[in-house]
Amino acid sequence: MHTLDDHAKDISEDAADEAGPDLSLEMNLKEQDTGAGGTIILFFILGLFASLVVGWIIFPKLLYSNKKQPIDFNHVFHVEEVDNGCESCHFFRADGTFSGAPKLAQCIDCHEEIQGISPDEIKFVEEYVSKEREVPWLIYSRQPDCVFFSHAAHIKGAQMDCVTCHGHMGESESLKVYEENRITGYSRDIWGKSIGGFKKNTWDRMKMDDCAECHRENAANIEITDIPTPTQRLIDHIVNLVPPGTSTFGKGGSVQTERDPCFACHK
Amino acid sequence: MKIGRRGFLSFVIGGAAGTALSPLPWKMMDDSSIWTQMWPWTPVPEDGEASYVNSVCTLCSGHCGITVRKIDNRAVKIEGMKGHPVNNGGMCLLGLSGLQLLYGPMRVKTPLKRTGKRGQGQWKKISWNDAVSEVVEKLRDIRSEGNPQTVGFISGSDRGTVSRLFDRFLTAYGSPNFMRMPSVRDSYELTQYLMQGVQALPGFDFENADFIVSFGSGIIDGWGSPVRMSRVHSAWQSADVKVIQIEPRLSNTAAKSDKWIPINPGTEAALAMGLAHVIVKESLYDAAFVKNYVEGFFDWKNRVIDKYNPDTVASITGIDRGTIVVLARGFANASKPLAVCGRGNGTTPVSLDECMAVNALNALVGNINKKGGVWAVSEPNYINWPEIEMDAKAAAGLQHERLDGAGSKTYPFTRYLLPRLPETIDSGEKFPLQALFVSGANPLYTHPDTRAVRNAFDKIPLVVSFSSYMDETAQNADLILPNHVYLERYEDVPTPAGMIQPVIGLSRPVVAPQFDTRHVGDVVIQMAKGLGGSVAKTFPWDSYDSCLKETLGDLWNFLMEEGFWSNTGAMPPFFGTSYETASGKFELINKDTGSIPQFKPVSIEGDEKDYPLLLIPYDSIRLACGFIGDPPFVMKTVEDSVLKGKDVFVELNPKTARNQGLREGQRVVLTTPKGKAEVKVHLFEGIMPGLVALPRGLGHTAWDEYLAGKGINFNALIGPVEDPDSGLDAAWGIRAKLEKA
Repeated sequence: MHTLDDHAKDISEDAADEAGPDLSLEMNLKEQDTGAGGTIILFFILGLFASLVVGWIIFPKLLYSNKKQPIDFNHVFHVEEVDNGCESCHFFRADGTFSGAPKLAQCIDCHEEIQGISPDEIKFVEEYVSKEREVPWLIYSRQPDCVFFSHAAHIKGAQMDCVTCHGHMGESESLKVYEENRITGYSRDIWGKSIGGFKKNTWDRMKMDDCAECHRENAANIEITDIPTPTQRLIDHIVNLVPPGTSTFGKGGSVQTERDPCFACHK
Repeated sequence: MKIGRRGFLSFVIGGAAGTALSPLPWKMMDDSSIWTQMWPWTPVPEDGEASYVNSVCTLCSGHCGITVRKIDNRAVKIEGMKGHPVNNGGMCLLGLSGLQLLYGPMRVKTPLKRTGKRGQGQWKKISWNDAVSEVVEKLRDIRSEGNPQTVGFISGSDRGTVSRLFDRFLTAYGSPNFMRMPSVRDSYELTQYLMQGVQALPGFDFENADFIVSFGSGIIDGWGSPVRMSRVHSAWQSADVKVIQIEPRLSNTAAKSDKWIPINPGTEAALAMGLAHVIVKESLYDAAFVKNYVEGFFDWKNRVIDKYNPDTVASITGIDRGTIVVLARGFANASKPLAVCGRGNGTTPVSLDECMAVNALNALVGNINKKGGVWAVSEPNYINWPEIEMDAKAAAGLQHERLDGAGSKTYPFTRYLLPRLPETIDSGEKFPLQALFVSGANPLYTHPDTRAVRNAFDKIPLVVSFSSYMDETAQNADLILPNHVYLERYEDVPTPAGMIQPVIGLSRPVVAPQFDTRHVGDVVIQMAKGLGGSVAKTFPWDSYDSCLKETLGDLWNFLMEEGFWSNTGAMPPFFGTSYETASGKFELINKDTGSIPQFKPVSIEGDEKDYPLLLIPYDSIRLACGFIGDPPFVMKTVEDSVLKGKDVFVELNPKTARNQGLREGQRVVLTTPKGKAEVKVHLFEGIMPGLVALPRGLGHTAWDEYLAGKGINFNALIGPVEDPDSGLDAAWGIRAKLEKA
């Protein structure tokens, strides 16, 4: 008949039996590690490297498709021909709206007939002018449809020049390849050539972060400075959990967000 | 080297770390959010230059001024024109949705020739030249056989150059059969002719009236010029003008009036006579006016006193005696009282009795051709064309009587009697009508007893529709020669319905024609030229545009600049001398015809035993029931208690429902002597017991998928009832029964 003590002894013996083989396994592992540890690190590095290659090099190649403009255009040549710089063709209409890419109506004054020998001009006159079809230009700076951007406020109001956002487009002799984002359908120029989102010049990117950056830097002269960028907002929301009404951003025009009104820029 | 579990895991971890350090997840997140916020299949309006074009809306007879906003070449919004005498910036639901009639799927895009049986919807495209020459050939044949009078034209209007060109064409060709779509204007015109001796437009100075008695006129339900009426109605509210609405159903107008008096349907004339009785008996009438300018007062007075005492009228109308007396006193004692008639939106005539009785009320209080009263507005006279050249064939053709009987011995003074046409075609000789043209009208939908109308149309060898839309009439035509829609064409638009000041508007192209359509005016001119001879000589113009420009003369430039011309300082014709009757006075009794304001019940179809209920129609500003059907935007506003899915609701008083053993939402079969249809029941305290009300404007069989097949067409359930005095269709309802489906 077992007593309590016997039972206790049984258990401890069982435990000893179990511990035996475990210890030996540990020994085996240690032996293997010396050879396999390197492999694991190697695989880690392999994985890391492969995904970095995919993310930084292959992904952008897959993400964008290359499209050619319907016809080529020489900005340098045309800027020399006109009197009023960019605004000769990219002008403000009488009601203050911005015309964007010129339409046939602007081109037709000079190009009713073929002027030179450029094959692109011949194509332009034959395919578009004489058939009264508008050229389906691919617009590098076309923002998503929800974005409202007033050229008048920036060019007329803040006296900015075109280069600040559009770069030295006016100095190009031919139109570059239009890289279309396969997911969104917008140009690569919005996110910027650098897939990492880095920029050297103000015109390298046209995302909301870039609007916000400029608006913050020029806070003294600008009415709307409180533009919450997507990245910034995420951080703010984590770091800056405050009850409504006590936001460090102060009170903007909107009752809901206590910030400046979203609809100033978002349709 | 063997890849073990650990190796694989560390590869994955490395991959995850690397992915996190690459732009891939962040960029994908950004792109997918942009993608989801701007689904590529969501249409986005093009950006472009904004511009505005002033024009006139011709979707109803209200003729509002419109300002159309365009982005580049696309019309994007229709707004009311500021400063326009009709709407001053206001706009109705249908007018706002006009762009859907321009860009919508219901348009006929090219001339079409029927290939299958009528109404089968099988068409082939043909060129304009082929289409026009086919019509011309047929017309030439008919004419050479000596039957030019067998050609008819149904037009939505008889005013303005386009309608006048139709009329001119028929006259030169040799047919008297130009017909206008019916409306309450027919009743008013005849009334004014018989009582005042003038052919004029009825105008109502609502802006200056202060006590309105409306005999069922849907003042804010589409009657007259709807936006003007709506503006007037708002002004009445702030000016404390009394509005008394008399009708069997609590319409929107009734709900917004100062007092709603439910009346047995079809007895409005009796009430008007009852009011006259009180006014005459208590000497509340304008004695000076009556003495100086009214003829036949004493004869009429005796009849009124005899026959229409308030007790009698109370038993006819179902309105209690006290209410009648109070209303009569209120009306007569107001400083600018005004009585109007024309049920619902006024697109159906009323009996001559009723219109004369209401006009007599106005005469009793002396407000004929006075501020705040009813005016006989003369048409702006700007269409002065050379005489029509008529050859022998035309002269012979014009000797024939009109097919609809208007102007005949029976109905000498009625101008158009379109509702009588189907019967004439059915009962007449073999082919009383060999060719029929339809423009700006959809008789196969809007005419009472649509089945009979369709049968009659089937007997016409050639039906040509000028409709821009695939409507019921176009669908059953042999040829469709699509007109430009109103936003694509020039047209002069004379004085809107019910206005007191003469207005000429210019409807002009807002956008270039979107399809291979042609201005109906041009087609008529081409048809005339194709026929040659005197018909061609009657049309000296190259095109409709040149005709219009020449017709308007100096006005053209003015209209191009301003959009409309209006005589803002228009005065009424002097009330004392404006009567061209035999006596030179306002005649209460017309001696020639014996017409007199009185009440004779209009006997409607069906007997009470088989059909215990009365079916009446109702109109709503949300349901277009004329030649234009509701575009999708307007359909969206129709309430669930009117139309749910494809089911239309009939309104029924809870008491009636209880007697019939029916409950809310129940599916029932509505039967009238003219047809039957499945409907649902909606219980409504605002309708008198014993009545069933069905909205007009639904039940299209043509048009587009947003409108066709929804609800029931009221006109399929009712037939015309001829007013013995005028020949006009005076039906206000029909007997009906409801049975559980």
